[in-house]
Amino acid sequence: MNQPASLPLVASLLDAPLPPSGIAWLDAARQENRAAFAIGGLPDTRVEAWKYTALRGLGQRRFTQGDAAAQTRAVEASTLALPGVSGVRLVFVNGAFRADLSAVDSLPAGLSLQPLSQALRGDVEPLRFALSRHYRDIGDAFAQINAASAGDGVVLRVAAHARIDQPVQLVFVGAEAELAWHVRNVIELGEGAELSLVEQHASRGDAAQLATVVSDIELRDGAQLHHVMLQDAAAGTNLIRRSSLRLHARAQAALHVLELGGALVRHDLRAELIGDGARVHTRGVFMPHGRQHIDTQLAIRHQALDTTSTSHWRGVANDRARGVFRGAIVVAPGADGSDANLTNKNLLLSPSAEIDTKPELEIYADEVQAAHGATVGQLDERSLFYLRSRGIPLAEARALLTAAFCRAVLDDLPNVALREHLSTLLVAQLPA
Amino acid sequence: MLKIENLHARVEGKEILKGLSLEVNAGEVHAIMGPNGAGKSTLGNVLSGRDGYEVTAGSVTYNGIDLLALAPEARAAAGVFLAFQYPVEIPGVNNTYFLRAALNAQRKVRGEKELDSMQFLKLVREKLKVMQISDELLHRAVNEGFSGGEKKRNEIFQMAVLEPQLAILDETDSGLDIDALKQVAQGVNTLRSPERAFLMITHYQRLLDYVVPDFVHVLAGGRIVESGDRSLALKLEAHGYAGIGASHPAVPHQAGAQA
Repeated sequence: MNQPASLPLVASLLDAPLPPSGIAWLDAARQENRAAFAIGGLPDTRVEAWKYTALRGLGQRRFTQGDAAAQTRAVEASTLALPGVSGVRLVFVNGAFRADLSAVDSLPAGLSLQPLSQALRGDVEPLRFALSRHYRDIGDAFAQINAASAGDGVVLRVAAHARIDQPVQLVFVGAEAELAWHVRNVIELGEGAELSLVEQHASRGDAAQLATVVSDIELRDGAQLHHVMLQDAAAGTNLIRRSSLRLHARAQAALHVLELGGALVRHDLRAELIGDGARVHTRGVFMPHGRQHIDTQLAIRHQALDTTSTSHWRGVANDRARGVFRGAIVVAPGADGSDANLTNKNLLLSPSAEIDTKPELEIYADEVQAAHGATVGQLDERSLFYLRSRGIPLAEARALLTAAFCRAVLDDLPNVALREHLSTLLVAQLPA
Repeated sequence: MLKIENLHARVEGKEILKGLSLEVNAGEVHAIMGPNGAGKSTLGNVLSGRDGYEVTAGSVTYNGIDLLALAPEARAAAGVFLAFQYPVEIPGVNNTYFLRAALNAQRKVRGEKELDSMQFLKLVREKLKVMQISDELLHRAVNEGFSGGEKKRNEIFQMAVLEPQLAILDETDSGLDIDALKQVAQGVNTLRSPERAFLMITHYQRLLDYVVPDFVHVLAGGRIVESGDRSLALKLEAHGYAGIGASHPAVPHQAGAQA
């Protein structure tokens, strides 16, 4: 990590700082994070969290920051539609809010939703906690550059006890041009509030891009969130996301994550169970193919009494692709009565594909139930032969078994139409 | 329809079939009996094309074509069906979906029109009625959580839907109680026709009380050592395989005791 600013990527990202926001604490935070990025640069594979994801190639690239033409990039609103999802929608193209593609005219009672670029012109005090953070950890490089550079994103609040019936769709599109963009999302569900979110990452065109997305999600006492993340970016997209959830007492979050697209994809998914009785359930499938690299870093911290986490993830790698999964569960001192369960099963469809999986369990409390397991294997020969003996051709039999393997973790997604759509996308990704 | 000549096959380097010959014509029901380790299941697996079975000599001709040259799915499309001794559980794949995919894949190869879900459902309902099987099995994943009897009935049900020309039943009677056995036998009898042949591989003659074979063969030491009509099965029942072994040195003398 000598002279990080000499790395082409780091130098190019430091090239054009954001214009002053007029908010002193925000500008100070941006400066601080920018300076930290300039000094620290990119983590190398000696940093544990980046052990299996080398940034050497990406580090040699240069990207211009932001897109002056973001408002005029051709994106057809109808192509962003998802089955089972209608109503409120916020769309960002190359990191900038696009009012023309969004649907925010009639928000249900209790839901407040606006782009960060607008929110910063209003009462910014509620955003201060999230946006004044200084990222100092080694390995936080992309959070630093995001904090320094993101001028737009989602600001979403659900009022206490409000129940939002229709799913809210958040769409992040990378379009056409070779550039870097960053979005910052701040989401909060008030006490006893309920929300269903669908977060979608898509592309138009195949241009090489670097995108960072940082989301903070706060669930107050008894709040309930269903969150679907569908990542189907184009093959040129390098997409680095960090989603951090904090769950207060009795709050519940259920996440379903589908990682299909992108070139180098990294998702840090963190959940802190800070209130008694909080529960988080994560389900995910990552399916790299071609030369894709998809890395999921799941970290769950049990910090209160009687908290529960279940995490079931499946990986399928084909061709020369690489999948990485790290599932780290920490049960902190005093988090007695915690219940944690983590599994990660993986399939390799080609001899050149690779999946590195690492479940980690650290327990510092009493009366804890914890289980974890990970496997990497191939399709079951007996099952393949059974299907073929009935007339199903080999390729179809493999697709059928692989899809079944993945679908198992999406089964409990309550939105049936969306679940079937995700299932169709899974199958479409399989080798013909 | 099926002509097996001097078939030799190895599994994991060990020769199991040692010159097996057999001819089956359309409309016939053949029972293959024999002690454990005689090569009964190997025969079924070789005929259906399972990996890991190496044919070192001999030939299998099916309707004039070299069966051994075909992939398992091509054999199925050509009308060969294997009812498994141990049907495989496949979580996440719905039984109905699986069966329709199988039937349509076969129809596609044969140049027939694929069935849409309504047409398929109609066919399935007919077959369920004939086979006297509850439609509850249809809504579950393939064989997942099925009892032993349900798995075997599901095999026969698949056979009814796929309508093969040559059905090979690998110890379909094993592990069944008498009611399940009768039900499976009734299914097989319903499917008997002048165009269809059956090869029933079995250890016991019990099944043959309900499905009366035209021919009975004794497989021992990797070869057919004796052939006859149904009375041969009754003789085996009375005297065990040891009696056959006495006149055929190829049979290990302790074979009867293993049963």
